[in-house]
Amino acid sequence: METLEPLLAEHPFVRGMNQSQIETIAGCASNARFETGQYLFREGEEANQFYILRKGRIAIEAASPTRDPIVIHTYGDGEILGWSWLVPPYRWRFSGKALELTRVLMLDGKCLRGKCERDHDLGYELLKRFADILASRLDAARLQLIDMYDKGGRR
Amino acid sequence: MTLAAPEAGKGAAAAPPPARDPMSPTPWRVCRAFRETDDTFTLELIPEPGREVRPFAAGQFNMLYLPGIGEVPISISGDPAYPHTLVHTTRAVGAVTKKMAAIRRGDSVGVRGPFGTAWPVESSEGSDVVFVAGGIGLAPLRPALTQLLSRRERYGRVVLLYGARTPEDILFRKTLREWRADFDLEIHVTVDRATRDWRGNVGVVTSLIPRVPFEPGHTVAMICGPEVMIRYTVMELERRGVGPDRIHVSLERNMKCAVGFCGHCQLGPHFVCKDGPVFPYEKVAALLNQREV
Repeated sequence: METLEPLLAEHPFVRGMNQSQIETIAGCASNARFETGQYLFREGEEANQFYILRKGRIAIEAASPTRDPIVIHTYGDGEILGWSWLVPPYRWRFSGKALELTRVLMLDGKCLRGKCERDHDLGYELLKRFADILASRLDAARLQLIDMYDKGGRR
Repeated sequence: MTLAAPEAGKGAAAAPPPARDPMSPTPWRVCRAFRETDDTFTLELIPEPGREVRPFAAGQFNMLYLPGIGEVPISISGDPAYPHTLVHTTRAVGAVTKKMAAIRRGDSVGVRGPFGTAWPVESSEGSDVVFVAGGIGLAPLRPALTQLLSRRERYGRVVLLYGARTPEDILFRKTLREWRADFDLEIHVTVDRATRDWRGNVGVVTSLIPRVPFEPGHTVAMICGPEVMIRYTVMELERRGVGPDRIHVSLERNMKCAVGFCGHCQLGPHFVCKDGPVFPYEKVAALLNQREV
């Protein structure tokens, strides 16, 4: 059976990992596609995946009882989506919806958590990468909070 | 009307020399004045008959003067190939710009300039070029994009990343549409806050950097926007592998005289009006966190 290892190996996310680690991660990967408007996951559901976006766009939404869902971020080609699989209680904090036909590599987080428990080197490599992703997301969220294009500014 | 010749052989970021009397404004006539967004507007100016027209370089600014009101530095946002029409886009935010937002076709505006340094458009030939604009920072970058696109074949990949506060704050919509349709230019627009009908990207402009194709070792980046956005953009570019020596930023300070006399815009050892506004990032990296005095 053809594996997804070659596809995964091309992605910058696994740059610096050894072949065995890439193969282990690929063992938890599958291809998936989502039609426009289809949800990849919904807020509150169990979070057992993360995604590598091969092609397409995903909106991260926060539900609101009084208005349409609020889009807080969009992700595009090549980006990594989802870290809730890594942090208890393993539930999605937000919902993810395809804004167009989207193809992804879907990584089984439950499978990976088990493998990381058995192989701490792999776990550390994954954590380093997710720490980097989380730091970027935190920076981005803080910048959004700053409201840097505030009307008081000249630029 | 005479057109002063630009200096030849001065290199890519060379700017035309200052006017003979840089402190005296020249009257220009408003030929078009229009709103871009809720709080930004554009003035298109033509010279009074017989007046000298000075060439300008992409990235330079003029001091615009309203008699009895005051004078403000505003980047030139028009095409450097057509210096007979000066285009200025700015935000109505202070006493002078609020008055300027109300002026109409046929009114007169005093102009001193052009001043300052230029974007390294010519010296970037052969490279991939990434423009990152935030808010009204797209205005000072537009001349550089216009100049580059007039010789598009001389560059590798060209990308514009543009972030605005909301969809309603997006500048130059028509120009963006034309660039998308007519040129080999990858444009990504994002907003910090989506409104109901917005179908585009949401998130800060820095979040676009990981997803666009360019060769970091052969990329020149030009950034203009709020300084906090500049700092985070530089960080993301460096994460992608773009060296600080290939990053250029446009800074904004309290420019008054525009020729380096008064010191209002001093930033460490630099006068932003004279040594900038466009700086190689390396020159100002350590100064970017300093509060304006």
